[in-house]
Amino acid sequence: MFLSVICAALTACGGANTESEKAPGTEESTPAQQASTTDKKEVNSNPSYDPNRGEGKFKHVDISPGLIGAMADNGKKIADVKCGSCHKMTEEKLVGPGWIGVTKRYTAEWIMNFVTNTDEMLNKDPKAQAQLEICLVRMPNQNLSDDDARALYEYMRKNDGIK
Amino acid sequence: MNKFRYVLVLGATALAIGINSCKPKNAVSAVTGDASSKAYVAPGKYDEFYNFLSGGFSGQMSVYGLPSGRLLRVIPVFSVDPEKGYGYSEETKPMLNTSHGVVPWDDLHHPELSQTNGEIDGRWIFGNANNTPRVARIDLSTFRTAEIIELPNSGGNHSSPFITENTEYVIAGTRFSVPPDNSNGDVAINTYKQNFKGYISFISVGKEDGKMDIAFQLECPGVNFDLSHAGKGKSHGWFFFSCYNTEQANTLLEVNASQRDKDFIMAVNWKKAEEYLKAGKGKKVAAKYAHNTYSEKTHSATSEIRTEVTVLDTRELKDICYFIPCPKSPHGCDVDPSGEYIVGSGKLAALIPVFSFDKIQKAIADKAYEGDFEGIPVIKYDAALYGEVKKPGLGPLHTEFDGKGNAYTSMFVSSEVVKWNIKDLKVLDRAQTYYSVGHLCVPGGDSRKPNPKYMIAYNKITKDRYLPTGPELAQSAQLFDISGEKMQLILDFPTIGEPHYAQAVAADVIKNRSVKFYKIDENANPYVSKGEGTTKVVREGNKVHVYMTSIRSHFSPDNIEGVRMGDEVYFHVTNLEQDWDVPHGFAIKGAINAELLIMPGETQTLKWVPDRVGIFPMYCTDFCSALHQEMQGYVRISPAGSSVPLMFSTGKNQPVAEAPKAK
Repeated sequence: MFLSVICAALTACGGANTESEKAPGTEESTPAQQASTTDKKEVNSNPSYDPNRGEGKFKHVDISPGLIGAMADNGKKIADVKCGSCHKMTEEKLVGPGWIGVTKRYTAEWIMNFVTNTDEMLNKDPKAQAQLEICLVRMPNQNLSDDDARALYEYMRKNDGIK
Repeated sequence: MNKFRYVLVLGATALAIGINSCKPKNAVSAVTGDASSKAYVAPGKYDEFYNFLSGGFSGQMSVYGLPSGRLLRVIPVFSVDPEKGYGYSEETKPMLNTSHGVVPWDDLHHPELSQTNGEIDGRWIFGNANNTPRVARIDLSTFRTAEIIELPNSGGNHSSPFITENTEYVIAGTRFSVPPDNSNGDVAINTYKQNFKGYISFISVGKEDGKMDIAFQLECPGVNFDLSHAGKGKSHGWFFFSCYNTEQANTLLEVNASQRDKDFIMAVNWKKAEEYLKAGKGKKVAAKYAHNTYSEKTHSATSEIRTEVTVLDTRELKDICYFIPCPKSPHGCDVDPSGEYIVGSGKLAALIPVFSFDKIQKAIADKAYEGDFEGIPVIKYDAALYGEVKKPGLGPLHTEFDGKGNAYTSMFVSSEVVKWNIKDLKVLDRAQTYYSVGHLCVPGGDSRKPNPKYMIAYNKITKDRYLPTGPELAQSAQLFDISGEKMQLILDFPTIGEPHYAQAVAADVIKNRSVKFYKIDENANPYVSKGEGTTKVVREGNKVHVYMTSIRSHFSPDNIEGVRMGDEVYFHVTNLEQDWDVPHGFAIKGAINAELLIMPGETQTLKWVPDRVGIFPMYCTDFCSALHQEMQGYVRISPAGSSVPLMFSTGKNQPVAEAPKAK
């Protein structure tokens, strides 16, 4: 638990995390790793990293122009349980940023990678880190399935006015 | 082991050490050069073994890593644990229910890991309650107590919770014989011989779900049953118990139960008992005992009082029990990995008798009896004996095995561990312990497949081993490398309560099955809030139910008004996190209770009865994020009959405008 504080405090000046040795079995990076990133100011030093796609299993997601209504409804159910404590559907920031316009600011791949691979993205992705500097709470990994992530994205699209 | 008895023996210890050539040397000289590297586990690296230690009079079970000796967890079992809310939350209170009501403490002596085919399978670990007789089952996917069953007709469940090689049964034998529960217990204490009985319970364990049930009890003569172990391999189907106080004394047992030259090992043919049970020979007897189970679906426990138990009378049903004479108040009763050798350790004897299962079978076939004890046949000592280990040391207690033909026996009085060969009964090595060693543990050392890299000695006395901490000192464990011919001491580590007995197993058997969080979708607690949108405060008469959520880093609701004096408030807190290692805590000022510690996806309930009018802060107790200190809220308590309406919110209760100042 105490780790989270250190992480949040240090990732504010984080850069690409090139350390490979992780504490066994833990998703979060160790304090030592975090400390090692504090003196690296350059962002995205890893040229193979695609900041538009983010880091995670989603390489390319096919999105139809029209809304898939049932999927969006399912996304709302998931959001109510797992996301609604911190995110509003408007532009108002609660714990995390409001969701209005989120599908215009990020690609589907980036969003779906971020919500399923949260810790790694927070350690690596410049946009995620910039957001952390504002919010100061590391977004929890809510263990969404691939389908959950897709449904959530559809709900965000609906919120952004896709019909 | 009986702490009380040992305190009495301690006087003798000093004397014995004085006259014994085995006097412990200077503590430091016993540790050789490479010891620290053998016990070193680098930061961030996992240990190789889990070591489960009973907490003795703490009532809990502790989990250490080996070889580092690092404490990983304390599992609350028979005692309340305010740190985890165990026994304080509404959901966990029923776990400690008994026929006497809620008992908040007990004395846990022996952990025993479940086995399949005589090998540790890593599914469950059992523990015994020595005071108010119970057996607990702990689920090793969650490291939490899943079930507790009380034992009727018993007084002090010590020879427990040892298991058969497929975990068909977990055993509980009474230490204190007592009049049976359904008889008139209002008898003179000095009618022990006439009225007191020794009961042994065979608790069946569900093959898939582990659910415990008392399959039957054996009524045996009144003696003290001390320890036990199941037969294995060829002796599967038998169980062996050490018995002391065959004098049937009811006072000053220190003297009066040490009169006879030999007490007994009792051999029990439980397959035969099963046959009698099937044939309808069991008597259904009225009894009263609690059976408590914890559900990982509803995240809550239920307690049920049962009213009947089936008893087999071992004096009528002749061929279930046999006594084997065993020198001087036997304590340990250990069966080697082959199942052939049964080691009885007479704690007042100067030798260790080893009995042969084959010879016992032959003696029974030949009726090689020297008589009977209270109607149970007593086999001739020589007819059952394989041989004796001569002059092993003083005060032999417990034996574990390495599966390579060797046995390790603890010597309480001479504070040493003695390694000896089972076949030729020769002593091979001795190692000092610091001090007064009780049980030993080799990983799998009481199973068919020991994993003999280490042996751990659990000591009652530490005296000069650690920095002084006032009159009460930690008890300790000492880790020995037994991979070579000679035992090598490599580490001391202090322990929780009394490290009475312990079991160890390779980490791989358990670690990958560990639950990381509870799925919120599957949470079936009747008071769950699945998402902040469903949080609410509901008044039902004078009961106020707060359906609350926690997530990094706020509660919903966090402002509550309209609660009045005379109300009972129930905070049903659901942790909405869905990631590993993110518990939230919950506490409110003045609660004569404890905190809640709520795992991700779980719901737990704290009852609070406000005792005065005012504003009461509540907060998260488990440091959860950078804004953990912001994770707080207020409850307003108004006088009884107040008209303040019930209201609750998060983030919406805006400050009132300041009244303009009068000129």
